[in-house]
Amino acid sequence: MMSILNALVYLILAPVLGGLVAGIDRKITARMQGRVGPPILQPFYDVAKLFEKEDVTVTPSQNYYILSYLVFMAVTGALFFAGGDMLLVIFAFTLAHVFIVLGAYAAYSPYSYLGAERELIALMAYEPMIILTAVGLYLVTGSFYVSDIAASTVPVILYLPGVFLGFLTVLTIKLRKSPFDISTSHHAHQELVKGLTTEFSGATLGKIEIAHWYETVVMLGIVYLFFGFNPLLAIIVIALVYLLEIFIDNTFSRMKWEMTMKSGWGAAAILGFLNLAVLYYFYLGV
Amino acid sequence: MAYLKKSPWLLHYDASSCNGCDIEVLACLTPLYDVERFGIINTGNPKHADVLVITGGINELNRQVVRNIYNQMPEPRVVVAVGICASSGGVFRECYNIAGGVDQVIPVDVYVPGCAARPESIIDGIVQALGILEEKRTKMKEQEAQR
Repeated sequence: MMSILNALVYLILAPVLGGLVAGIDRKITARMQGRVGPPILQPFYDVAKLFEKEDVTVTPSQNYYILSYLVFMAVTGALFFAGGDMLLVIFAFTLAHVFIVLGAYAAYSPYSYLGAERELIALMAYEPMIILTAVGLYLVTGSFYVSDIAASTVPVILYLPGVFLGFLTVLTIKLRKSPFDISTSHHAHQELVKGLTTEFSGATLGKIEIAHWYETVVMLGIVYLFFGFNPLLAIIVIALVYLLEIFIDNTFSRMKWEMTMKSGWGAAAILGFLNLAVLYYFYLGV
Repeated sequence: MAYLKKSPWLLHYDASSCNGCDIEVLACLTPLYDVERFGIINTGNPKHADVLVITGGINELNRQVVRNIYNQMPEPRVVVAVGICASSGGVFRECYNIAGGVDQVIPVDVYVPGCAARPESIIDGIVQALGILEEKRTKMKEQEAQR
């Protein structure tokens, strides 16, 4: 019962929270660049405006794909906050991204195609590390269920520092922050036009934005799992992690896709596997 | 419910400008003028844009390009002609390859004078355009209601 309630609270509150995080992100980014910056509620204004615009659709199917993206992103988070199976969460998460890639492929445009291909590369880059995160959490807490992991009193971070650092690396890819924003080119608008979202406008683009807010909350929720033994510490760490992401966003230029692959797989191979091997040898192996 | 005014995304197109007005448009986005504090974002995509900012006179080569960009923008949309060349052709008016101001090709809502137009007057022009954008939205809503 409690878990269904949690999921409902997530479904309602996550867009609000995600939008606020995006607004604070833009404000802090502006301050780092010595500007005043937009109001904190700016992301909400943007999305509200997008829903006011005329609907321009290239292919009708693209709108269904984007709706599926939003729905599956919400399902991912609902599963996560209901305390569901971590592996199922990752599966739904990947499925959501497959839908946005299909949406971009459905709209016949070279920019959209390039964005979709780069999104697939990003998907390939971060997926191993996310699965290793779930495996690491399982090794330490003995359960794949998010509710068990979050309730665990074991200081997970002490056993999984490498996995945590690896997860931070892929978090940058996931939040579409600067060195790895290859598929949407968040700041450089002229290179890819807007990558994945080139052919989406109006309400459809608004849905992508809302799905991204859901996604942000889920990703920060996974950060919470590493510090589940002390909720206060966890919230402080989440704030610090996000600040770090903004800092990285502002100090790095965008890199090529090879770098994304190397970073994602490198983090998985070196930080993730090494951490798990050490853990397996000393902690579990007798 | 007028969110359009709070988050205008603009698309900047250089139609044979001398680059004078272009750098002034970009100057508006720098920390000194920081138009992002009004929610203005410079997009590179006509499908995301609400305001089309054009600098320079239209020549025969980019006539189609400008029309194409304009047609790709979803309603409601406004066009701001920045600088004297975009307004009337300026000193290039008599050249054989110049069609004249932007209004020879697409309807223009706001003219920003100057050579080069100052960032202050560009911002002023965009703010005026936002009022027109809002009017267009109300008109669009009425038309939808009638249908």
